[in-house]
Amino acid sequence: MLYDLLIDPFTQGFMRRALAGCLALSIAAPPLGVFLTIRRMSLTADVLQHGILPGIALGAIAGGLSIWWMGAGGLIAGLLVALLAAAISRATDGREDAGFAGVYLLALAAGVALATHQRGIDLTHLLFGSVLAVDDPALVLMAGVASITLFGLALIWRGLVLESLDPLFLRARGQGRLGMLFHAGFMLLVVLCVVGGFAALGTLMSVGLMMLPAIAARHWSVRLSGQIAASVVVALASSTLGLLLSYHVNLPAGPAILLVAGGIWLASVAAGPEESLRARVAIGAQD
Amino acid sequence: MHLAGRVVGVVTITLDNVALRQSRALVAERVTAEFGPGLTAIAGPNGAGKTTLLRAIVGLHPVSAGRITGNEHPDRLGFLPQSAETDRRFPISCRDFIALGAWGETGAQTAVSGAVAARVQAAVVRMQIEALADRPILRLSSGQFQRLMFARLIVQDTPVLLLDEPFTAVDVATETLLIDQLLAWRDEGRVVIAVLHDHDLIRAFFPNTLLLHRDGMRFGPSASVLAAAHRFARHAA
Repeated sequence: MLYDLLIDPFTQGFMRRALAGCLALSIAAPPLGVFLTIRRMSLTADVLQHGILPGIALGAIAGGLSIWWMGAGGLIAGLLVALLAAAISRATDGREDAGFAGVYLLALAAGVALATHQRGIDLTHLLFGSVLAVDDPALVLMAGVASITLFGLALIWRGLVLESLDPLFLRARGQGRLGMLFHAGFMLLVVLCVVGGFAALGTLMSVGLMMLPAIAARHWSVRLSGQIAASVVVALASSTLGLLLSYHVNLPAGPAILLVAGGIWLASVAAGPEESLRARVAIGAQD
Repeated sequence: MHLAGRVVGVVTITLDNVALRQSRALVAERVTAEFGPGLTAIAGPNGAGKTTLLRAIVGLHPVSAGRITGNEHPDRLGFLPQSAETDRRFPISCRDFIALGAWGETGAQTAVSGAVAARVQAAVVRMQIEALADRPILRLSSGQFQRLMFARLIVQDTPVLLLDEPFTAVDVATETLLIDQLLAWRDEGRVVIAVLHDHDLIRAFFPNTLLLHRDGMRFGPSASVLAAAHRFARHAA
């Protein structure tokens, strides 16, 4: 019974590939999400996931349905949108939400319009993912992105902490350019992870594996290392359980994984040790 | 470059006819002064350009006219901005925050050495925040947070220190501790420049003062410069 529920699905090759890819991304993407939430850039992630869609569609039009063409298109579009988002943020002095909404709605509409005109693209798969889409090239893409992200994050870690915590520090030392380099490197990794997830999770769900575990992790630790560890654990669990859910009740992979991650987030808001409803009640009882 | 406990090479920051603009409007002009080793205060009413001048010395604000010298190596300037600039909700422990002061030695990759860790611990003890050291910075009071910022400056170990209203919103015990630190820096031969509002404090500890005022600047011994400040204030009233 338990074997049928938990193990049997993974005797199938396509499920094992999807699992391997999602687990790789689960280790790499959530730490980026933790930094995004700390820096109050969650909206930027939203803009990016919509922003890559027209790029993926254009990649498919230019090179056919190869993961590399679509990935390259998504990467270029993602980087352009990241630059655009930074420009909007600066021009509006932090009141960027209206500009961001404009960008991502436009990108979504353009992406869907382009994709419907390309023969062979299943829009549901493109937007919401499919475990069947994780063929060997997609798996290589996911694992490659995860490896680059972990290595890159290790390289910029301390600088990113310093830039997020106290942006004036490096500028006052005459190292403002270095600070911008840390920020740019970080955004590059975010775009890579969003693109890396699109085959399995879909473009609209790809950011979910980055953000939902990260915002759930805020309720598990007040330390950066603790939040990162918690976010990775949540993502690993969501990927595994989500793929099983997708298999058993025939859901697209993206929504299935995000439903599990969202459930864990709600449970964390209610009962996690930090800043949760339970913690508030406990503090209230002390007063 | 570990300087604590001994006299550093003589550094002097000089302002020669400096003018500063804030989004085109002139905030200060013809400012000439010399900041040598020891304590110097910058005083003046709100909007007189004190913070802007400090930022100009650090290189965060352009100089519209005139010249600043002695600030050519920004990594030798320790800067304490007004508190609002730091994200105080960032999930980091006090100890790790203080250790970032050693950025000049560690950079982005090098591990924190035993020597740096020992300097961090010494700064923690100096600022009397041993009990907080391994806690997150999240729930510090403003006084505790200012001690944390001072601890980072101690670890930065720069020959020049520029402090923007360092005693605002701190309790008496903290203020006493921070003034002791300023005096220790003075005794080590460092250049300490502080923007301050409290004239009694300036008279007690700062031999020289730069007064910024729209009716003209004054620079010299604190007693006479502050007397001029009071004359300006009476004029205005």
